[in-house]
Amino acid sequence: MSLCLEARQLACEREGRWLFEGLDLVVRSGEILRVEGPNGSGKTTLLKLLAGQLSDYHGELFWKGVPFGKVREQFVANLLYLGHSPGIKAGLSPLENLAWYQALCGERGSEAQRLSALEQVGLEGFEDVPAGQLSAGQQRRVALARLTLTRRALWVLDEPFTAIDRQGVAALEAQLAAHAAAGGSVVVTTHHALSASSAVRCIQLG
Amino acid sequence: MWTFIHKWGSPKWFYAMSARLQPWCWAAALMLIALGTVWGLGFAPADYQQGNSFRIIYVHVPAAFLAQSVFVSMAAASLVFMVWKIKVADMAATVMAPFGAVMTFVALFSGAVWGVPTWGTWWMWDARLTSMLILLFLYLGVIALRGAFASRDGGSKAASVLAMVGVINIPIIKYSVDWWFTLHQPSTFSVTSRPAMPVEMWLPLLIMVLGFYCFFIALTLMRTRSEILRREINKRWVIDLAREMR
Amino acid sequence: MTQGQKATPAIAETARPGGLWIAFTATLKRDMTLMFRRRGELINPLVFFALVITLFPIGISPEREVLALIAPGLLWVAALLAALLSLDSLFRTDYDDGSLEQMLLAPQPLAALGLAKVVAHWLLTGLPLALVAPLLGVMLALPAGSYGVLVLALLLGSASLSLMGAIGAALTVGIARGGVLLSLLILPLYIPVLIFGVGAVQAAIIGEGVAAHLAMLGALLAASLLLAPWAIAASLRISING
Repeated sequence: MSLCLEARQLACEREGRWLFEGLDLVVRSGEILRVEGPNGSGKTTLLKLLAGQLSDYHGELFWKGVPFGKVREQFVANLLYLGHSPGIKAGLSPLENLAWYQALCGERGSEAQRLSALEQVGLEGFEDVPAGQLSAGQQRRVALARLTLTRRALWVLDEPFTAIDRQGVAALEAQLAAHAAAGGSVVVTTHHALSASSAVRCIQLG
Repeated sequence: MWTFIHKWGSPKWFYAMSARLQPWCWAAALMLIALGTVWGLGFAPADYQQGNSFRIIYVHVPAAFLAQSVFVSMAAASLVFMVWKIKVADMAATVMAPFGAVMTFVALFSGAVWGVPTWGTWWMWDARLTSMLILLFLYLGVIALRGAFASRDGGSKAASVLAMVGVINIPIIKYSVDWWFTLHQPSTFSVTSRPAMPVEMWLPLLIMVLGFYCFFIALTLMRTRSEILRREINKRWVIDLAREMR
Repeated sequence: MTQGQKATPAIAETARPGGLWIAFTATLKRDMTLMFRRRGELINPLVFFALVITLFPIGISPEREVLALIAPGLLWVAALLAALLSLDSLFRTDYDDGSLEQMLLAPQPLAALGLAKVVAHWLLTGLPLALVAPLLGVMLALPAGSYGVLVLALLLGSASLSLMGAIGAALTVGIARGGVLLSLLILPLYIPVLIFGVGAVQAAIIGEGVAAHLAMLGALLAASLLLAPWAIAASLRISING
């Protein structure tokens, strides 16, 4: 039942250049893995690889000991990935955005769930405002509401702290720690200094 | 079988092997084309209806054959690239597209020139010429799409998908254009579908077609080799190769 | 953001069964909602259609006999261009705001989600274009007796156009200013639909059987329905991840 994401001898080539080579890493239950490195060192590419988005890489990826190719459906059902762009539609309200994300996962969900998720990210009163009228930070918060709304064991977060105010950062950090403490795991890139916690491990790229 | 595919899939191996194969292809192409040209233009009998102007067939038909075959080969190479991720296949597809477009243009142009004595006009919406024109647009689309991508990897994959979509559509387009043509001009004389040719006429034509195919293979090998060097310029073996040459 | 969630994130064994239908309808509904909120984009293809049709009597001749002769072709070409123009935005906003990336990672087949978007696009462009066409047919002196066939042929044909066009839209979505390129890629593929679509209307005008033409349009639609979603999915993956 324990969660385990493993990469062996992972290497990725882009435009004839090796972004990284011979990378071994394991993410287990209760761990937060922080990927560090300067711009252009392949952090986003690594996260996309770990989220099973890319198919052209060298080396092997395993989910609970099984190669990615064989467990894609099961793996994706356990994954929550937030990329650079928040993935929030400007024309839809935060509630509608979240409802669509729930439906993408095959869940109907309930309005009450969504309202409480929005409340937790501090967006009370903005539930029905078109997301296009919200600030960048607020839009990011709508995306982060999915962390509570959709229960997934593995979070892969690319720069989740972007555009978020200090309070929000603290709350998100606490949320990541709580997720790890509850047996989930997190892979995260950030330029923001995470407050020291025993669960955080770092790997350096580039 | 697998090791065979993967050996040829390695750019270094392909580069070495094609060096040996290439001269033979060039020799065959030159000989066949020279023979076909001399025979077709000099010795084959003139057509009883069209006189000497029919001799343009010795360029038009091989070019038209190639225009279609190159697209199919390009799509096949794209399929190999997408399924087995063999980069050499993509490099071959890259160099085939402009060649196919040129052949299509040659077929169109020779058809238009041929139209002057036959139809008395440079352009006729003949079923074959129309299909050929559409094929030219398909080629241009593949080339343009590859060029439009900022990343080469993305451009390669996108062009591959488009080539495969195109190859599925080519028979449909051809069939529909033929149908459209018979609806509108049921009795027009079509240049290439004619009563059986005497052997002195079609034998040089066959030789020309074979010659064009050899030319296509030789040129594709040559240009794929330079594409390999261009893309693998930072690889160890290319650097070593350059050092040897110096 | 309070620290409210304490539930253990259980590991799911598979995606939820039956989720595909929920995801499909939700995506369809979402796209239609978005289109309805930008009314302009909903009306623009129709206005474009009418405008192009207006150009021809001015450019060629206002005589009814001349117009009647070319009306089937004009209506089809104009409808085809209108559908093509609207395709450029099909995946564009989803690409820009990152929701396309999330669709890739949804535990549902991307082909099905792409199909949902195409269906939404057809319902709000192809369908209205087909319904408006008879009105413009009257203006072009389209002979009586062919109006029903025109609508039917456009309904069948425009669905294929949306499906095939979506492949091009998916291939060019990552390219800035890919609009012209999109037409270059897609228009050659539209030719069979144009031929059989115009053929159906012309057959109806001269009183011949239209079944063969409509059957061909139906066959083209069936083939596109079967193959296009996979090509769309593959193209979207390429556009997003290179």
